[in-house]
Amino acid sequence: MDPKHLLDFEKPVAELNKKVETLKKSAKTGEIDMSSELELMEDRIKKLKKEIFSSLSPNQIVSIARHPKRPSTIDYVNLIFRDFVELHGDKYFGDDKAIIGGFAKLEDTPCMVIGHQKGKNTKENIERNFGSAHPEGYRKALRLMKMAEKFSRPIITFVDTMGAYPGLGAEERGQAEAIARNLRDMMLLSVPVIVIITGEGGSGGALGIAVGNRVLMLEYSIYSVISPEGCASILFRDAKRAAEAAENLKLTAKDHLRLGIIDEIVKEPSGGAHNDHSAAAGNLKAAILRHLEDLKKMSPAELKKDRYEKFRKMGQFEES
Amino acid sequence: MPLSEWFSKKKPKISGEYKAEKLDVPGSLWVKCYKCKETIYSKDLEKNLKVCPKCSYHFKLSGKERIAMLLDDASFSPYDISMRSKDFLNFFDTAKYEQRIRDYEAKTSLLDAVVTGEGTIKGKHVVICAMDFSFMGGSMGSVVGEKITRAVEKAIGLNVPVIICSTSGGARMQESIMSLMQMAKTSGALAKLAEAKLPYISLLADPTTGGVSASFAMLGDINIAEPGALIGFAGPRVIEQTIRQKLPPGFQRAEYLVDHGMVDFVVERRALKDTLVKCLDWFGY
Repeated sequence: MDPKHLLDFEKPVAELNKKVETLKKSAKTGEIDMSSELELMEDRIKKLKKEIFSSLSPNQIVSIARHPKRPSTIDYVNLIFRDFVELHGDKYFGDDKAIIGGFAKLEDTPCMVIGHQKGKNTKENIERNFGSAHPEGYRKALRLMKMAEKFSRPIITFVDTMGAYPGLGAEERGQAEAIARNLRDMMLLSVPVIVIITGEGGSGGALGIAVGNRVLMLEYSIYSVISPEGCASILFRDAKRAAEAAENLKLTAKDHLRLGIIDEIVKEPSGGAHNDHSAAAGNLKAAILRHLEDLKKMSPAELKKDRYEKFRKMGQFEES
Repeated sequence: MPLSEWFSKKKPKISGEYKAEKLDVPGSLWVKCYKCKETIYSKDLEKNLKVCPKCSYHFKLSGKERIAMLLDDASFSPYDISMRSKDFLNFFDTAKYEQRIRDYEAKTSLLDAVVTGEGTIKGKHVVICAMDFSFMGGSMGSVVGEKITRAVEKAIGLNVPVIICSTSGGARMQESIMSLMQMAKTSGALAKLAEAKLPYISLLADPTTGGVSASFAMLGDINIAEPGALIGFAGPRVIEQTIRQKLPPGFQRAEYLVDHGMVDFVVERRALKDTLVKCLDWFGY
């Protein structure tokens, strides 16, 4: 674990790990046999990790979802797919680096992959606007989706954004229109669409590429109508009460499975995806392949109907 | 700026924002215009479709007032009049959501933030939805999403155009993810309407932002805005906080949106009905 990005609740495990390392080093010098102690310690670490991660609060899950070392779209694309060819630009205004997309192969199936892209460091984050897209990002995404439809290729989208960018240029160029159009036009796509919430599913900016036949969430990702901070500052007039807002918003994968918003929770490796990118990608790949297999059996008309009905059912109200 | 002002904490004033003055008490004979501060006789204001006779400031209309203004007398029959919101998440902020709903019901005599139904405009049969900003800021939760979706589906069945008059702060936080999903649901219904080649006219009234502008409100075959209406994705305050600069005058106002190619035109309330008739006529109804 990278000590720089250690989350509070990860610290007990990190400390034990450190102890194990020291023990291992002294064991190497060969004076005393520590193998049984080591085994015991490692067992304890495993148990502790399981304990901590099985009772995470929503706010702790938010911090994992936003972890700087969490795999991003490009990591998943590289680990799950091959022959990625990135395509740029909305062909109207510019290329939004907060959303990437292009051709890729999932085993032997050519797919269109699209996803929000956060940076891995400050420089990259500035370039990618922290994964918050402008209208041209959504328009590029839709352009690529329509191309996928034209050539009968399935679409896989990766959602990881704190939200669409609330800026001057974004408003001038029609942020609301760009997202709205995606919601409508994604509903009409005649190819399979699989959506994976990998990190933060932030409001309309997330939904703008998330209208799919299947919507999956990684175990420690979040999906919400508003960020916990935004919610707290509106409801309590105090952004510092975000932890309470996170509880209220019911933004975890478990909540969404229960509410019928998502189809499956994709397990993360022990300690979260940020600790083992390839294991996380392995689980996700298996899930994508399984869902794609199902969706491939549907006709274009059935795919559209399936997607419409999925969202049509959503909503809870009373009626007499 | 004098030095002393540096230290006074002031809420940033958003350009073009008209602060409500508590003069429009129901039953009060006189109303003060938010914009020009003219004192207007209530009945004159009503007669003028709630547009200030002096400066043409457009006061907010309730959903019922909007429908009464647009549809032919007694032609309206409402849909889903008993649908009401439910607190399925046990959402609690400074009050319980359940309690908030009941308070707004009592305050507005409405069950939620949209009135839907069908009727005629100069004899032309339409399905119409009119939102009400007075019910929780016109926010969209399950009820708004479901009523609009059903109304659009009804229009497909009846083979008639849809008119939606929006005014909303966006998705309703108290229903969390379910509110977000209403954006996809309503947009999906409009996708079906478009496939059926039926017209959809979207009227955007002050204000239309967030999850409503980023779904059905921006998807009209034509988008029409009322003068001065604030229309956008993010609210001006959020934008100012994000970019840390003053917004240009008129930013996100209806006229600005026309200039930036985002709405088809702005129309004065007094001319709205005739304009709708012309458009419906062009569409072949």
